[in-house]
Amino acid sequence: MSDLYFIRDIILPPLLEGTLVTVKLIVLSIPLGLILGILIAVGRVYGNKFISSLCTIYTLFFRGTPLLVQLFIIYYALPSIGIFFSPFMAAVIGFILCSGAYHSEYIRGAIQSIKIGQMMAAEALGMSRIKAVLYIILPQALRRAIPGCSNEIIYLIKYSSLAFMVTCVELTGAGKIVATRFFKYTEVFLVVGIIYLLVVSVVTKFLNILEKKLRIPGLE
Amino acid sequence: MHEDNKIILKVEEIYKRYREEEVLRGISFEVRKSETKVIIGPSGSGKSTLLRCINQLTIPDKGRVWLEGEEVTHTKENINKFRQKMGMVFQDFNLFDHLNALRNVEIGLIRVKGMGKDIAREKAMEELKQVGLEKQAYLYPAQLSGGQKQRVSIARALAMDPSVMLFDEPTSALDPELIGEVLEVIKKLAINGMTMVVVTHEMGFARSVANEVIFIESGRIIDQGSPYKLFTNPEHERTKKFLYKITELYGKSGEGNE
Amino acid sequence: MTENLLLVYQSLPYLLRGSMVTLKLIGGALAIGLIMGIPMAVGQVYGNKYVANLISFYVWFFRGLPVLVLLFLFYFGLFLLLGFNLTALTAAILVLGFRSAAYQSQIFRGGIMSIGEGQMLSARSLGMSKFQAIWNIILPQALRISIPGWSNEYSIILKDSAVTYAIGLMEIITRGNFIATRTYQPMPIFLTCAVIFLILTYGGVKLLSILEKKIRIPGYSNYGNSGKEY
Repeated sequence: MSDLYFIRDIILPPLLEGTLVTVKLIVLSIPLGLILGILIAVGRVYGNKFISSLCTIYTLFFRGTPLLVQLFIIYYALPSIGIFFSPFMAAVIGFILCSGAYHSEYIRGAIQSIKIGQMMAAEALGMSRIKAVLYIILPQALRRAIPGCSNEIIYLIKYSSLAFMVTCVELTGAGKIVATRFFKYTEVFLVVGIIYLLVVSVVTKFLNILEKKLRIPGLE
Repeated sequence: MHEDNKIILKVEEIYKRYREEEVLRGISFEVRKSETKVIIGPSGSGKSTLLRCINQLTIPDKGRVWLEGEEVTHTKENINKFRQKMGMVFQDFNLFDHLNALRNVEIGLIRVKGMGKDIAREKAMEELKQVGLEKQAYLYPAQLSGGQKQRVSIARALAMDPSVMLFDEPTSALDPELIGEVLEVIKKLAINGMTMVVVTHEMGFARSVANEVIFIESGRIIDQGSPYKLFTNPEHERTKKFLYKITELYGKSGEGNE
Repeated sequence: MTENLLLVYQSLPYLLRGSMVTLKLIGGALAIGLIMGIPMAVGQVYGNKYVANLISFYVWFFRGLPVLVLLFLFYFGLFLLLGFNLTALTAAILVLGFRSAAYQSQIFRGGIMSIGEGQMLSARSLGMSKFQAIWNIILPQALRISIPGWSNEYSIILKDSAVTYAIGLMEIITRGNFIATRTYQPMPIFLTCAVIFLILTYGGVKLLSILEKKIRIPGYSNYGNSGKEY
């Protein structure tokens, strides 16, 4: 039993350091990924043929390839054409680009589910397309996209573990290093797992509260 | 009633085709200041499309529209400038679901006309009072009845101080007992001198409020004239047939709302 | 440029053998997920409280942990602890399979729950046992409804298969990395890997949508129009 506590004193500190890195990763990637998703979705729905196609190709690529491959390209392949990123930056960029594509799909679906009369009424009042999208469509669409985007945010928290594959030592990476050193894989990764479960639970709770606060009275 | 006989709205030779079907085949008419023009006709005859061609929500294939002497169609100027002066009320209300009634009425003032928030709020409250809904100002569309929603939507359009109001079957989506409150509001508008084009099935309303009734079928104007002339002695057989069908459906004179 | 193309051409056979491994991995994992997922879904909807809670816990665990953590936990930890000496492929199939079961069970659960109560009621009133009703009436409908969600699961597992790089499985990206480090040409190689994944992803999704059309139950809706005119 004392063995357990002793191990906790050795294992936990590096894991918590790793958790800090994970938190930094997700705090940067989540909001920026969401913003990118909104831009891509709006570009795809309301943009001209060129912009719309560009957005579609972007989405097809980033949803059709594994995040790991994208990270490898950013961290290992880009240097060969002169673009260098630190492991942390490469991971963040990869996360933003990848989750942006998924967010854009949810938001696009939400935009297209808004009754066409909303846009008609906005334009009848004299609003330009941009104003109508900004003040009438997006406020409603974003609310509808909350379940899907929340899902994607939770996914990102878990997939942040892939940062380790491009040598950024976050929680999982810290776990692997400690586990290898002390040969305590099961214990270490159970603790790692528990930490992830905790983070995910907290964030899920927070997102649920957010959704309730933003609910439109009377609707659904 | 009013000295001013200025032509507010002029519509000339509007044509519109959707895929195979030609929905509008050369519609032309004029609306003078304070006139109420009522458009009647069978479903699918293009009446809604016509209204949308007026404020260019639908672009006609051929034809021109003038508002207060300025051409709306083929204009280089921002169409939004004209839309601000044309108030449109939809069959499905189309209230902004994420905003309460007051915000629905204000938003055009704040975002389109650039009014200050306080002034806009005052004006919006005033408009809601005019349609009898100041108590419901903070309720959301999902919490309002159909009749209330439509009255908010009328307030929203009126707040912009339009030169002409366009009503697209304003009561067709309402339960019968709610139709009256909306027609009351529209009648009040007419009495107060608003220039209006109203597409409707409500014959009683048309009789009591219209200065001129236009009967459109299959995209063409079949008959046109004062309510008295059209309802008691229509020129054309098709007009007679249509009116007969309508009175069958809606009862004698087509109302209970007068 | 031509040397890059030549390199890609030469690497293709090696990479494509990797995709065979990937397909075996995915096939196995999806199968396990399916075989476990359906009973789990039924258990959650129709089972007693203990069964339902147990399943919920399983789902929470396998969905809450990152794939990478699960792979490390099982491959380096639990499997060895329990005395199994598994190859990377077997371990990967099991881990991805258990995880897929968690996700698939929720997809099927959604499908089952979206079928109105009336179906079960009429089946029981015909004299069917609960089991017969589920097998003959509920599941055939629920499974069809679940195909879009399942198609999503296919594409997710395909992308997760790349993570098995971390336990040394010789699938597409592992092989790609192997070549890239030896030839110092990461860009063309990794782009090729990306393309292979794109083909597998969208090809598979297309096949599944053809399947869905073939066994569709008539009657579903759609939406949308954001053109400039009304």
